[in-house]
Amino acid sequence: MMQEYFAALVQVAAAAVVAGGALAASVILGKIGARSKAKDTPYECGLNPEGNSNPRFSVKFYLIAMLFILFDIEIVFLYPWAVVYADMVKESWVIFGSMALFQLILAVGFVYEFKKGALDWSR
Amino acid sequence: MMCTLAATFNPDRVLVGLAEWVTNALSAWPALSSLALILMSTVPLVAIFPGCFAVATWLERKGLGRFQNRIGPNRTGPFGLLQPAADGIKMLLKEDIVPAQADKFFHFWAPILAVVPAFLVLAVIPFGRQMVPAQLDIGVLYFFGVGSMSTLVVFVAGWASRNKYSMLGGMRAIAQVVSYEAALVLAAVPPIMAAGSMNTAHIVESQIVAEWVSGGNILVQNAGSLLGWHVFTPWGFCGFLLFFVASLAELNRSPFDLPEADSELVAGHLTEFSGFKYALFFLAEYVNLFAIAALAATLYLGGWSGPNFFWPAGLAESAPPAALVPGFVWLFAKMFAMLGVMIWIRATFPRLRVDQLMGFAWKFLLPLALANIVSAAFFIRLPWWAAWPISLGLSFGAYAALCVVNRQKGIGPREYRYA
Repeated sequence: MMQEYFAALVQVAAAAVVAGGALAASVILGKIGARSKAKDTPYECGLNPEGNSNPRFSVKFYLIAMLFILFDIEIVFLYPWAVVYADMVKESWVIFGSMALFQLILAVGFVYEFKKGALDWSR
Repeated sequence: MMCTLAATFNPDRVLVGLAEWVTNALSAWPALSSLALILMSTVPLVAIFPGCFAVATWLERKGLGRFQNRIGPNRTGPFGLLQPAADGIKMLLKEDIVPAQADKFFHFWAPILAVVPAFLVLAVIPFGRQMVPAQLDIGVLYFFGVGSMSTLVVFVAGWASRNKYSMLGGMRAIAQVVSYEAALVLAAVPPIMAAGSMNTAHIVESQIVAEWVSGGNILVQNAGSLLGWHVFTPWGFCGFLLFFVASLAELNRSPFDLPEADSELVAGHLTEFSGFKYALFFLAEYVNLFAIAALAATLYLGGWSGPNFFWPAGLAESAPPAALVPGFVWLFAKMFAMLGVMIWIRATFPRLRVDQLMGFAWKFLLPLALANIVSAAFFIRLPWWAAWPISLGLSFGAYAALCVVNRQKGIGPREYRYA
């Protein structure tokens, strides 16, 4: 069991070696030019950078993040359910009904969000 | 003669046989033999996929050229085949410019952090019969868990650059990928239900009609390794399309390439990266593309199984029939076919608007994915004569209903708002 995860670890090492090696090669082979003020400034299509380079975010991004957390929780419930579903549904429909009930509750919330316009980006 | 040949030479098992030979040769040192086995299954991926990346960039440039009535790269080697090599050398020789204000630490680490998860997710892809680098029981979950790290890296790159274009690109990438992640992960649930396992190897095996493949008639054998694919069921067809569209968005590919929209954001999070760092981001992007195409093939297109030519029945007594075309050939064929469709889509569709993009994920793909799970739940339990109509009705009924709900309500006079 642990051996399988060790394989993943080896994969990390191999990928890091490839990426690091490539970067090292580019450091050795790459041109090293003189620095200048123009080169050091952030690229803004040739103009001098204006204002703060980390603008504040629109609140819409936070809304998307919250919605994602809601549905992510649901997905967390769905995955273990999906694994046992085919076996357990042979005996009774209870496992189907329980997830249907859960999805129904979620659907009510989803329809509410939809009607409220929480899913509209340009509101 | 035929019999011995079939017993000794089986193209499908060449690589597995090699691994077994190494294990036997090193059987005196168990730790060493298992280490060798792991190295043999993981390290080649790091060698093969950059090669695939080179081929993919050539295919994309040449394909887009032909779509746009151009010739495409044709100066370097026959048909411009050496173009990826020329690009690589050029990237290596370029100066690595780091803006003075940038966060040096993360600016350096972002490309490496982008490449590592891209290769890491390949570990759970079954490349052939018994050819899974890491056969995890939580394979699909591992794929999504590790795969979502590449989103974070896009944001890290955007944040570390201290550039407005990079920042906007990073923000958009997070919002977009997070939105489509929900639909993508939900679209992967039905095959898990059908296989009763998150192990990718089991999911592939559940798509092969085993009793047909071991049967006598060669036509029946081929049908058995083809017709079991989930894409040939109503929920599978719907789920495959869902997965494919969501993965396009997940990969920031056209028509969902808003994070890198070159006409407004220069290059999004890549703006301040030059030299080989830039190339590493592209490597990560294309390896991610191949990984997600491989997962789509695994979940819905039967993974490494395919219409195959087996040795005549009776000769292959051993459990896996001797196939003439190795499984990994089929998997790579499916991956490149999907890449071809992605290039085709890129050449065909214009870029979406941000509100259309978000609306499509939350109002269309997500509810459709949920309805598709219900459809699959019925299909798995019911006998086929009841399952097909109910599943068809549910999947495509949900599709039609969502089309009606999301219908664009008359295009009124255009309203200009200045931000």
